[in-house]
Order: sequence, then C-alpha cells, then structure tokens
Amino acid sequence: MSSLTDGRDLGFGIRDSRRITESPGRHESPTPNPESRRFWRTLDESVDDPAFQRFVENEFPSQVEAIGDPVQRRTFLKLMGASMALAGATACTRQPLERIVPYVRQPEELIPGKPLFFATAMTLGGVATGLLVESHEGRPTKIEGNPLHPGSLGAADVYAQAAILGLYDPDRATTLTYLGEIRPWSAYLGAMRAVLAAQQPLRGAGIRILTESVGSPTLAAQIRDVLSRYPAAKWHQWDPATSDGARAGARLAFGEYVSTQYRLDRADVIVAFDADLLGCGPGSLRYARDFAARRRPDDPARMNRLYAVETMPTPTGARADHRLPSKPSEVLAVARAIAERVGTGRAGEAGRAGGAGKFIDAVAKDLLAHRGRSLVVAGDHQPAEVHALAHAINQALGNAGATVVYADPVEAAAVSQIDSLRELVDDMNAGKVDLLLILAGNPVYTAPADLNFSAAMDKVQLRAHLSLYEDETSARCHWQIPEAHFLEAWSDARAFDGTASIVQPLIAPLYGGRSAHDVIGVMSERPERSAYDIIREQWKVDPKNDAEWRTWLHDGVIPNTAFAPRSPSLAPSAISNLQLAISNSFEIAFRNDPCVLDGRFANNGWLQELPKPITKLTWDNAIIVSPATAARLSGANNPSYRGGEHGTILSDVFEIRAGGRAVRGPLFAIAGHPDDCATVHLGYGRVRGGNTARDAGFNAGAVRTSQSPWSASGAELVKTGDTYGLPCTQYHHLMEGRAPIHAATKEEYAHDPKSMHEGEEGTPPRTITLYPDYKYEGHKWGMAIDVNACIGCNACVVACQAENNIPVVGKDQVLRGREMHWLRVDTYYSGASENPQTYFQPVPCMHCENAPCEPVCPVGATVHSHEGLNDMVYNRCVGTRYCSNNCPYKVRRFNYFLYQDWNTPSLKLGRNPNVTVRSRGVMEKCTYCVQRINAVKIESEKAGRRIGDGEIRTACQQTCPAEAIVFGDLNDPGSKVARLQADARNYALLGELNTRPRTTYLGAVRNVNPELGEDA
Amino acid sequence: MSQIFQRSANTIARVSIFGAVFFVAGLLYLFDQVNRSPWITEAHVARDQPIQFSHERHVAGNGIDCRYCHTSVEDSSFAGIPPTKTCMNCHSQIFANSVYLEPVRESFRTDRSIEWVRVHDLPDFVYFDHSIHVNKGVGCTTCHGQVDRMPLMWREKSLQMDWCIDCHRQPERYVRPREAVFRVDYEPPPDQLDLGRRLVAEYQIQKLTSCSTCHR
Repeated sequence: MSSLTDGRDLGFGIRDSRRITESPGRHESPTPNPESRRFWRTLDESVDDPAFQRFVENEFPSQVEAIGDPVQRRTFLKLMGASMALAGATACTRQPLERIVPYVRQPEELIPGKPLFFATAMTLGGVATGLLVESHEGRPTKIEGNPLHPGSLGAADVYAQAAILGLYDPDRATTLTYLGEIRPWSAYLGAMRAVLAAQQPLRGAGIRILTESVGSPTLAAQIRDVLSRYPAAKWHQWDPATSDGARAGARLAFGEYVSTQYRLDRADVIVAFDADLLGCGPGSLRYARDFAARRRPDDPARMNRLYAVETMPTPTGARADHRLPSKPSEVLAVARAIAERVGTGRAGEAGRAGGAGKFIDAVAKDLLAHRGRSLVVAGDHQPAEVHALAHAINQALGNAGATVVYADPVEAAAVSQIDSLRELVDDMNAGKVDLLLILAGNPVYTAPADLNFSAAMDKVQLRAHLSLYEDETSARCHWQIPEAHFLEAWSDARAFDGTASIVQPLIAPLYGGRSAHDVIGVMSERPERSAYDIIREQWKVDPKNDAEWRTWLHDGVIPNTAFAPRSPSLAPSAISNLQLAISNSFEIAFRNDPCVLDGRFANNGWLQELPKPITKLTWDNAIIVSPATAARLSGANNPSYRGGEHGTILSDVFEIRAGGRAVRGPLFAIAGHPDDCATVHLGYGRVRGGNTARDAGFNAGAVRTSQSPWSASGAELVKTGDTYGLPCTQYHHLMEGRAPIHAATKEEYAHDPKSMHEGEEGTPPRTITLYPDYKYEGHKWGMAIDVNACIGCNACVVACQAENNIPVVGKDQVLRGREMHWLRVDTYYSGASENPQTYFQPVPCMHCENAPCEPVCPVGATVHSHEGLNDMVYNRCVGTRYCSNNCPYKVRRFNYFLYQDWNTPSLKLGRNPNVTVRSRGVMEKCTYCVQRINAVKIESEKAGRRIGDGEIRTACQQTCPAEAIVFGDLNDPGSKVARLQADARNYALLGELNTRPRTTYLGAVRNVNPELGEDA
Repeated sequence: MSQIFQRSANTIARVSIFGAVFFVAGLLYLFDQVNRSPWITEAHVARDQPIQFSHERHVAGNGIDCRYCHTSVEDSSFAGIPPTKTCMNCHSQIFANSVYLEPVRESFRTDRSIEWVRVHDLPDFVYFDHSIHVNKGVGCTTCHGQVDRMPLMWREKSLQMDWCIDCHRQPERYVRPREAVFRVDYEPPPDQLDLGRRLVAEYQIQKLTSCSTCHR
C-alpha cells in the first residue's frame, strides 16, 4: 500500500484518491478554501512529515527488523513449525462435566434463559441518570438508558455503561476493617455508639460528616435528622464532579442557588463558554439528543449554530461550527466582551484584538439576531464570574424562560464545596473534630494539595470511610466500610430537572456492602431500619397499598416530581464589579478526566482503555499543549510529533512547577489547544484503590490549589530529559491520505446536496466483478452512521464492550496497537492545526457485501450469511490473521493472548451469556449484535409476524445520545436505515474498493457563519 | 559392485506405496469413526445423577407432560430444569418418606439447589434455542429420543454439528405437526416427506445454515 502515488491506476479499476482536493477538473463546488478540506488525523499528517510517512508505510513497525535478520528468521520458522505441530493438539480435550443448578423455589415472572429488565438510576455529582438494567437470572449484565427518564431518553453515557464492570470489579473492598483488621458490623456499631454517647452532651460538636453532592432526598433527610439530634455537628460536601463555579455564579447573578437547565430544542444559536454540555455533566445526554435533532440538514431552517470558546478541545467544541481556543483566563474576557456587545455589563473595557475580536463581533451579532432563541452556557470549570455573565447575557437576550430554565437546585443542600472542605480542614487542624464520617468520595486524593487534607486527618480521633475501594482515604481512616454499589442498594435520586427516581438494587450486595443510608442510619434514632423502609417512609408509601410505588419502580421515574421553573431576578450589581485578570503567564487548566473522572472510575478497565475523546489516550494522562507550545518547549525534537517508535508516541517528560509544588508528566500536543497554556486531567497517579487504578498516569492534583482549583497561572514547565511512551490510539489504523469524512457547509449542501462527495471515486458499477451477486431474500441488515450527529462521546464503544464480552488488553498491548474494541471512534481534522474542524467517525465492521476478508480465510472462519452479515466463526478460526490483513477498514481484532479473564469468579457473572467468550488465537469483530438480531427474529417467528423497523437495536445504537447510529433492514424500503442510505449525504467508506459495505455514513454539514468563514 | 536392493524391493516398494494410501485412508476412517463413537459423543451413556430420577417412571408410568417440569421450553432458549418446589408438589404427598428422595427434601429444607449433571451439553460457542424449534414443529423425541424408556437420562443423538445441519438442511424429514410436538409416542407417518414439505411451507420453516444462526 505504501508506494501508491496520486491518482495512479492500481488495476481492478481502483484508483488511489490520496488527495481529494487535488484532483482538478472535478472540483466545482464553491469551496472558499480547498486546503481546509484536506483531512488529517495526526499532527504529523497535517505537516506532511516525510519521516512520519515512512512510519505509516511500515504496517508493523515493530517487526521490521525481524524480517531482515536471518537468525531471527530461522528462530521464527522453528517456532512456527513447533506451533503448527502442536496446533491440532489443543483441540484434544474432552468436554468437561457440566452441572445444572436449578432454583429451589423459582421466582415468579422469571423464565430461565430470558433476561429481565429493571429500572434504576445512577448518580454522578448528585444528579441521576435513569437506567434500565438487563438481568440474567439475577445477575445484572448490561446497562441501558431508561427511555422514560428525562435525563436519559434511552441513552446512557460511558460511566453508566461501564458500571457493570464496576459492580463485578474483583478489586472492590470486600470486608469491614478496623486498622486493616477484619471486624464484624456489630463491632462498628459498638464503636459508633461509644463515640455518639460521648458526643451527646457536647451536642455533637465533634462530629463531622463529609459527603459528595447529595441528590437523594432520603439521604439528605437522614443527614438533617442526625444534625437535628446533634445540633453542633456539621455536614460538609466535597464532590469534584460538580461545579462550584455554577453554584457561585448563580448566587452572584441571582443572590441564591438555582440550577440552570437548557432547552437546546428551542435554541438557534448556542454559545458555550468552555462548557462541554454535550459530552458530560448533568443532562448532557438530553442535551446531546436535542442538539443533534436540530442538526439534521434535511431541515436547514432548523439547523442550530454552535460557538465554543474553550481551552481543552472537547466533544462540544469539536461539534461547534466555530471554535475559539482560549487560555483559561481569557474565557472570562471573551464572555465579558460578548456581554458588552449584547448590551449588558459595563462598556468599554473588554476589547480584544485580532481574530478573537472578529469572533466576538460575529457571535454577538448572531446572538442579537436570535433573541429568545439563543443560549449561552458557562462550563463547570469556569469561575463564578463567567457563570454570572452567562446568566446576564441570557437575561438580556430574553432567553430566560425560553431556552434557559431556572429551577431549584437538584442538590439537597447547595453549598460552596471548596469552602466547605476548607472549613472542615481548618476544624480538623484546630482539633475540633472527634469523629469524621466520610460517606463518599476519596478526599485524601481529590482535595486540592494546599489543603493538606491527609495531614489534617491525623488530628481526628476516629475516622470512618465508606467506599467501594480501599483507596487513599481508606488508608488514613480507622474504619473502612465496604460500600454497596448502586446496583446493590436501595436509594433515591433526582435527575437534572428534579425528576425523582427510586434506585432499586439488581442484586444482593456481593460483599455485604453498606449504603450511605445504612451508615448514616446508625446515628439516627432508629438504627435498625433498613434503607428500603427509610426510602418508602420518605416517599410516604402506604405499606398496604403500594401499587403506586410499584409503578415508580417499573417506570424508573416518579411522575410530576420535576422542579417547577422559576424566574429569579438578576441582581443589578451582579456583573458590574467583575475583576478582569488576563494572565500573560503560562497557565494550567485542570479538568476531570473524560474517562476516569476525578479518579473514582480509575479501577475500571473499560474506562481506562477507552480512548479519550480528542486525545485518544488510554491508560494515561498527559500535559496537553498546543503544537506551537510543544515545539517551543521541546525544541525541534517535538514530542508526539515524530511518529514515535514501534508504533508508539515518545513524549518528553516535563515537570509542572506551580506554587512551590511539582509533578512530572509527558507532554502531548493536541490540535486546537490554545498556546501558552496546558491542560492536565485529574484522576490519575493513584497509589491505592485497585490494581487497575495504580500506576496509571501522574497525579495532576499535586499542583492544584484550593484558591483556583480549575486553573493555575504562573506555572512553569521544565524539561526533565526523560521520555515516555504514551498509548494513543490516534496513531493506529492511519488513513494513509484517504478521505474518510465527507463534509460540506450548509450553503454548499443547499446548493448541491451531493457536493460533499465531490472528488470521490464512488462505488464502481456492479458489473465490475465476474462473480454473481448474493441474493438476500429475507432480511438485509444494514447500518447508517450520521457523522453529522456523532459527538464522539464514546458511549457506543463501552456499550459494545459490555454487550459483546470484549476484553481489556492493558497498556502494554495498546502500545502495540492491539486494543480489542470492535467499534472505534476515529477523529479527523481538517484545516490548520491551530484551530481545526473536528469530525468523529465511529467505525464498526462494515459487513461488506464483497468482503475482502472472506475469500482469504483458509479455514472458512469468516463467511457470508444469507442476510448479509459477515459472520465470524470463532471455533473455526486458526488465527492466520489474513482476514485482518485484507480488511481495508481495519476493524478486525485478534486475541494475541488470552486477554479475557477466564478465572476471576466475579467477572464471570457480568458477561453476556448470549455471546461467546473468546479465547487466545482467534479473530473477532463487530457482529451487528447478531445475538440481538437472532433474539428478535425468534420472537417474531414464534408470533408469525414481520420484524418491525427499529425493533432490533444494536448496543451502540441503543446507547447513542445523538441517535447517530441507525440499524435496520435494507430490504424494507420504509425502514429508517433504507431511507437514510438513500439520502444525498450517504456515502460508503472507501467505496471505490467495491467492497459494498452495509455500514454507510452520512456526511457532515456545518452551519458556518458567513461572517467568520470556514476557518474560524 | 553388488546391488544394494534385491529385485523384490521393487515389489515391496510398489506394495508399500499402494498400501500407504490405504493405511492413511484407514487411519482417517478410524479417526472419523472414533470421533463419532459414543466414546467421544457420549451418546447412549447414562449419567449418574444425585437422585435416581427416572423419566421412564414419570413420563411413561405417570403420564406427566414434558412441560410440567420443563416449563420454559416454549418461551425460552433453555427448556428449564424444574425447581425443587416442582418435585415437592407431588413428593410432599407421594413417597414422602422415601430415602431416595431425601436429597430433594434436603434441598427444599436447606434452600440449596440439587446439582444435576447436564446430559445434553452443547459446546459453549453454540446457541441453541428450544422455543423456536418447538414452535416450528420439532418434537421433543426427535432430538432427545424416547425419554419415556430411559430409566436414567442419556444422550440419544451425537449432538455433533453434522447432526444439527442434517435437519437444518432437510427439515421436512423431521418436522411434525405442532400439536404432536410433546407426544412421546409419536411415530413419523409413512408419508413423512409429504407431510414434512407441507409443514415446512405452513410453518414457514427456513433452512438456516448461516454460521451466525447458532454461533455468535
């Protein structure tokens, strides 16, 4: 593949279309800047580095030396011979004796072999997402979104999808311990009673309860009850997954805590101030759905326009029509300038020159033209001032009540959490605390470094910690109480709009864990009550007539519990006294990691191995900078810029020095990151908390302060001279100059809907081959993926992993390009690397009608089904890997080792019983979730009816918040997928190879502001 | 110089070359036969069970329908092994003190399951669904044999793939009317092929031989 030249005929009527924009004569679209339409994936491609080109050309760079070396070759042949001789012997095992263990008393409604689904909810940052959990004979195996829940609408995010692995994690804390020794629950009760008795006369003055954000009405009521019994006790909250800025901003603007909800379905113009509202945070699944629904180009008048001002590129910024990379301190200035232009705030201060000025003018003009139909969103990591400005702009534009809805906070007690934590540390240092009960979180790890939380704990007489893992905080506590996973315990929670749900358990606690309700219940008047009783009491359920309660459990939502919209009035002085401090120094932005968050999911292998959006890093965090800053800091020998060695990226290790603290991490350049600042993600560098969590990445929190927890100015990056290999999947399966993304602007699309495909070869005619076509008389499965809708959130990747028993391979194997995900989300860029346009493309198996993998398999292990599926037969596969070699899409995955854990008992419970658990030496790939197809087919055959459109949903489709993936029967002309594949935007990936993929893509259409043009 | 090989060596060479073909063919045949023999397939090998449960007694003797115990056979991939409660429905009254049934009573008392030995054990990469077969007119005895004549359960068929495929290619040779699916005394009529073709059309039985029909 390496020696292809532009446009050279390769035979078979196939032409290499390396540069779509450089085929003159074909290009007649009104493209203002053809260069901006050149797509690239890595910075090296964007600069056309010849060294990198050579790297790409070696498909297996790590084995190149071995081929040339005669001695190694001989060894290789010897080993091959031996393996050939032994290959047959592996099949010589007798089937082991299997036992059937029926129930003693079979539960009602349970049909063995058929899954049941239960509604529950997962809480993150105090905000719940409704879920439906699939249960096989009492074992939860798969999590989906709850279509009835306003915060889910049937979609689920990566954290919810990965929660199954969290439940069965063998590293979970399993026993109640006191100073590391196993104790019974009664011993804990005794210890607590003694302390509480001592606190009684002091009115609980020495009691401190530390929680994360509490959204559960019942838990809040329980804590308040305890506080009423011990009036001098204090309740502190610290939850790195929530936003102090949003709380303080609301207080600044309105004088009170209100929560802000967005109605993206009503917004024509959206401005995000460093807000990843599509990718994470409360309501993001809902927002992504509403956003994508208004980006369908077939209704151009309804297409919204998104502007993003941000530091670290996020999925939201990637989907933005215009994006302004800004240093953390500049976001406020931009917000302020926009506020000034739309007629709020003080005038005359906030001018900014250059491209930003043009951007600000255009945004302000667009906002003013869409009064009441625009929306300004401030990000979770932004300070209160930006939030207040966003509120002011929304008020000035008349968006409040239209696109912005204010309501009571979802949290039971909204406080400034950083102040709350600081107060706790001060009290601990002052020796005022006798009992510290940490009900959630890992403050020793997550608290800003300057608070010295761990040291302050020494002054507390008795410390107890409830958590899923024995983590950094557990090590500093006397009592470690194993927590019940949310799938093991009763609770309740509220969605982003206040809608309440009952959290119901799917399984009895695997390790006898306790929930926060149980632990706080110990301090109540009636410690014997179960969480179930407490919750039913809280919701005033009549024990004799609980039909309503059953409906709540069934639906997963309690009707009419959403908070009523409020219309708080803007305090006049809210934004007039804002201090503007643009920093000229080097800045560091701290962000929660998109996969492991603040470290709470660090022991989840699915999330660790998930390539993070944009950076595509796995198992590691990095000091993320712009390409120009990387070049300046690292000199000519740029990190992550030279392609790397053996398919990896070697980065220079730098030391971040800020405020007298230092931490070391590898430098990594990302297109679209602003210059002179760096982004570091939290949640890594864990020292305890499970085998997966430990030794991954570096702890960026070590240089974080409580004064400004999300950014630091005056930081310094110092080169250490070390290098570090980063497992980044962006360099795997490179495009080699092809153009897998088709994109156009809205105007081009209106002019000619097919203009985005210009310069592409297209699919050759069917007559090109001598072989007869397959006939698909029954169903003809196909999939359409809308590149225009995809927000790159990765939920589909984890959903696929959970559904199809896909193993985790570990960092070392990812470095060798051996990750096993059946579905990957490729990120493509076009335009200049300072601020490129970004596109996401999920790539599963294409299920080609002329599949290149099929004819090369010597053992018939990959064959065509009568419905057009490209079947993979594991028990036939002998691991030649010819199929993978011949797959132009690189979607086949090989089990080089026994990646799947076949021994750990707890992991066996979580596997999908309807999908084979693969062993070493076999190829695997996307099956279009054939187990789901077969299940629906069997049911429809039994009922003697046709399968309805949308009845079969693949795992990736089901969880997609943006509804970017559509699966169905192409033989049914009325099916959604058939209609989409007939759309003008539809194109086949590498269609010119005549593979005739069943999975096709719909091109992206960007709603560019003509004033800014395509490049801003 | 004397000849190394005698003249007879030619004959020996011819015979041995010719014989080698037969020898190899014979070995392959032997291998194939061993592979299909009960030694490998475990067909007709009665299994020891924790309780000497007799299908002969319960089906032929008492006339209990298959579905009384195997409740999910019409709805689920798994036909269902009865919970101890099902045994106790009768055996709390009948043979309530039999020593042979002590494991059943113990299970019921202690809430611990009876661990039966699986007789019809498909490899883990095969996904067989009882409900669709039963609904399309494949009788119980077609695959499981005359269970009413089995004091202890054994595997009647090899359960090897060529046995599965045989029916998937020619279902008309095996299907029976839906109402006769659970009859253990059903005998295929002499005109089975005619009946089979009619039923295949009527029940819309597809001849599914794609790999993903059973393997996923």
